[in-house]
Amino acid sequence: MNPNEFDVIIIGGGITGAGTQRDCAMRGLRTLLIERSDIATGATGRNHGLLHSGARYAVNDPESAEECIRENMILRTIAAHCIDETEGLFITLPEDDLAYQQNFVESCRKAGIGAEIIDPDLARRLEPSVNPELIGAVKVPDGSVDPFRLCAANMLDAKLHGGQVRLHTEVTGFIREGDTIKGVHTRNRQTGEEADFYAPVTVNACGIWGQHMAELAGVRIGMFPAKGALLIFAHRVNNMVINRCRKPSNADILVPGDTVCVIGTTSTRIPFEECDHVAVTPDEVDLLITEGAKLAPSLSSTRILRAYAGVRPLVSADDDPSGRNISRGIVCLDHESRDGLKGFVTITGGKLMTYRLMAEIATDTVCRKLGVDKPCTTATTPLPGSEERSYEAVAQKIWEAPSTAQKAAASRMGTRASRIRTGDRRDDALICECEEVSVGEINAAIERMDVSTLTDLRRRTRVGMGTCQGEFCACRAAGLLAKAHGCVERERKDLADFLQERWKGNFPIGWGDTLREAEYTQWVYKHVLGL
Amino acid sequence: MKLQEYTTSKHNFEECMKCTVCTAYCPVLQVNPLYPGPKQAGPDGERLRLKDPYFFNYALKYCLNCKRCEVACPSGVKVADLIQGARIKYDHRPPKLRDQILASTDFMGSLARPFAPIVNGVTGLGITKTVLDATLKIDHRRTFPKYSGRSFEGWLKRRTKEQAAFPEQVAYFHGCYVNYNYPQLGKDLVKVLNALGIGVQLLEKEKCCGIAMITNGMSAQATKHAKHNVGVLAKAVEKGLKIVTTSSTCTLTMRDEYPNLLGVDNSAVRDSLLMATRLIYEKLEKGAVLKFRADYHKKIAYHTPCHLEKLGWGVFSERLLKMIPGVEFTLLDSNCCGISGTYGFKKENYEASQNIGAPLFEQIRAVNPDVVACDCETCKWQIEMSTGYPVMNPISILAEALE
Repeated sequence: MNPNEFDVIIIGGGITGAGTQRDCAMRGLRTLLIERSDIATGATGRNHGLLHSGARYAVNDPESAEECIRENMILRTIAAHCIDETEGLFITLPEDDLAYQQNFVESCRKAGIGAEIIDPDLARRLEPSVNPELIGAVKVPDGSVDPFRLCAANMLDAKLHGGQVRLHTEVTGFIREGDTIKGVHTRNRQTGEEADFYAPVTVNACGIWGQHMAELAGVRIGMFPAKGALLIFAHRVNNMVINRCRKPSNADILVPGDTVCVIGTTSTRIPFEECDHVAVTPDEVDLLITEGAKLAPSLSSTRILRAYAGVRPLVSADDDPSGRNISRGIVCLDHESRDGLKGFVTITGGKLMTYRLMAEIATDTVCRKLGVDKPCTTATTPLPGSEERSYEAVAQKIWEAPSTAQKAAASRMGTRASRIRTGDRRDDALICECEEVSVGEINAAIERMDVSTLTDLRRRTRVGMGTCQGEFCACRAAGLLAKAHGCVERERKDLADFLQERWKGNFPIGWGDTLREAEYTQWVYKHVLGL
Repeated sequence: MKLQEYTTSKHNFEECMKCTVCTAYCPVLQVNPLYPGPKQAGPDGERLRLKDPYFFNYALKYCLNCKRCEVACPSGVKVADLIQGARIKYDHRPPKLRDQILASTDFMGSLARPFAPIVNGVTGLGITKTVLDATLKIDHRRTFPKYSGRSFEGWLKRRTKEQAAFPEQVAYFHGCYVNYNYPQLGKDLVKVLNALGIGVQLLEKEKCCGIAMITNGMSAQATKHAKHNVGVLAKAVEKGLKIVTTSSTCTLTMRDEYPNLLGVDNSAVRDSLLMATRLIYEKLEKGAVLKFRADYHKKIAYHTPCHLEKLGWGVFSERLLKMIPGVEFTLLDSNCCGISGTYGFKKENYEASQNIGAPLFEQIRAVNPDVVACDCETCKWQIEMSTGYPVMNPISILAEALE
């Protein structure tokens, strides 16, 4: 059999692509995933990381709300190591209309979301960081989800089911025979190597870049790039998700995620050309801090770690070329029935946390085209690493007396943490002191998770995501990568790129402690290490 | 329902720039690989603990609370407070009987004092030490401080009238050590202050400052002591009195640990609390005169206790000693002696304690002084036991040198 032939090719290494590859692979298909950069580089890794209960959509978009709560409950069981079951609050502040609360709770109940009005006093005790001025509170089953971990785990499972993954590989064109897409031309962006791959079905899971990919295939999708800016704070100010109980607006969700918390978002239409280079503006930073402090007043005095922005892959309904009727729901387009183009499917829209459902819908379409009749099992099969529900249980099972780094590794890798080499002083040495990442964990990622750059490594291990933003860990991790790849020169450049990328996120909020830290980092790298 | 009482930190861990200088200055890290070090245990660990108390690391008990990390920190991060604060917040295991005994300095003192000769005899016996080591894990190699048969409080009470006659007055927080173990230091202070025309009053029933309770997992009791003491000190301050001390650790505890670790507001008394050496130095600066013996001669090596460094007041002791004619003065390098109150008495810490102190002991032997001067009683026990050189409080040296 030709090694370049597959049953299905998936373009896009975000959560939708990874989820679709996993589903296809679990239904017995031979799969190839192609990603021009690294996993989760688009909207997947550039959002709140909110495990919606659906409450935010309950009033205006009951269909999305129902999807959310169903997937929310599923992810808690199949993706335990990527999920933090924090619960969430919808708070009413004195300036908000308390009457909205009743309507909100009723809509939640209709959608099947367990929403419970609680006493503001209880809310203050449940979540000490919450604005103490609140006059109303509703508790909902929100949570947080780590998009990088979720994406990596899906891709890993696809590989465990025989799937192939090619990162840093760009689709340069389609192999088309008449009205049928037969495969893709690709080029590796690191090595320049070109290759063709064939499959009867190709899935376009490129998020906002899906429009471009569709054009390349000769069909048109109307997408509307909407930029959302967010701020990361240096520690976990809140342990529950805090939302405003009012019509959804800017900067009204504060989500705790691992050791940090994230406030967002804004929403701005941007031209297509800007999708690859979105930047956060001072106005956005202002807005996020001002509105964020209304949710949790201590945010105004908390160190900000980074600012970042993502682009939502919003799709306009086919019958509405004006773009006014924009859907946030899942859009699966079979271009055979829509445009007469065979062998090409687009899956887009949706949300990070409904990725599994999107993947199921896309895979159903693929299977129908291939004449495969296999049921979807992704709603009941835990992802690799998620076989245990709590990281305490994971750590205790692997290590008799887990160290802080081992506990942290268990919280990041779930049961896969058992594969970390440990016990030796070298393996146990810390690379990242802020997030407690050991040499063993870094090496495990390099060996098994398609890492070619420090940025790739960051997405898989949290290296460089802590308070120091790479100041101490980057050069240490670069040492391990240079060893693994056998090239110091390449790694030196990678290190410079990584630090530049970290600075990009520091720049919009470059004051106070963050600026001091950045200055210090510069001294270390420039004057001590001579970079 | 899980009430999230652990989500806020009152410490300034975000100001940490990760420069790691605290780690370089930590005496424990260099001798005990089980200790994660101040940066990890402090600001780095705090972030993880805020995520989930599960990340609390019991190895934080190896922290000496010497505060050298805080002195070293260029960003002013309260590293040691972060560590001790985390122990208070997250370690809810009941303290061991041994730790309770070691921490209850004034209770044990009042029990032992009436039977001092017997107690001193018994604790000095090899068999007692072996038994204590086996049962309570108090290291058998330690020498126990002796108890005094008569308390300092009793001594000074009998002199109330005489002291009240002086034109100027101060209150004296003597601490457990002066009261139960070594009243002579208190008497020396009275002698020096009287020579400056200052009378010494007792506080209205002080209690142990509580530092040993804080470090031994008894913060609730320590808080009771703190509230009591702040009340007692406030009464003296209301009368317009300064409060002087002769123990650097008691002073640091009352000045910094009360508000920072126990949440007890001491703002009304904080500025009136000072080491006696500082008061004396300030008097002399302003023109007061102490007359010293012409025949006094002593070779003195001065060890600055870690907590005095943290107070920032080591310079006063140093200057005073240098003022005494006939004193041949050596300032010892800044090093921790390793005992840190009750820490070094624990069997599991003995080796680390002695290893930490080794550079200091070596330097003392090299200097070969007549006496080592130091403002801390536990440093005194450690240095005397480990080097054989006698240790005196600078106040006692001043008293001895007076005409």
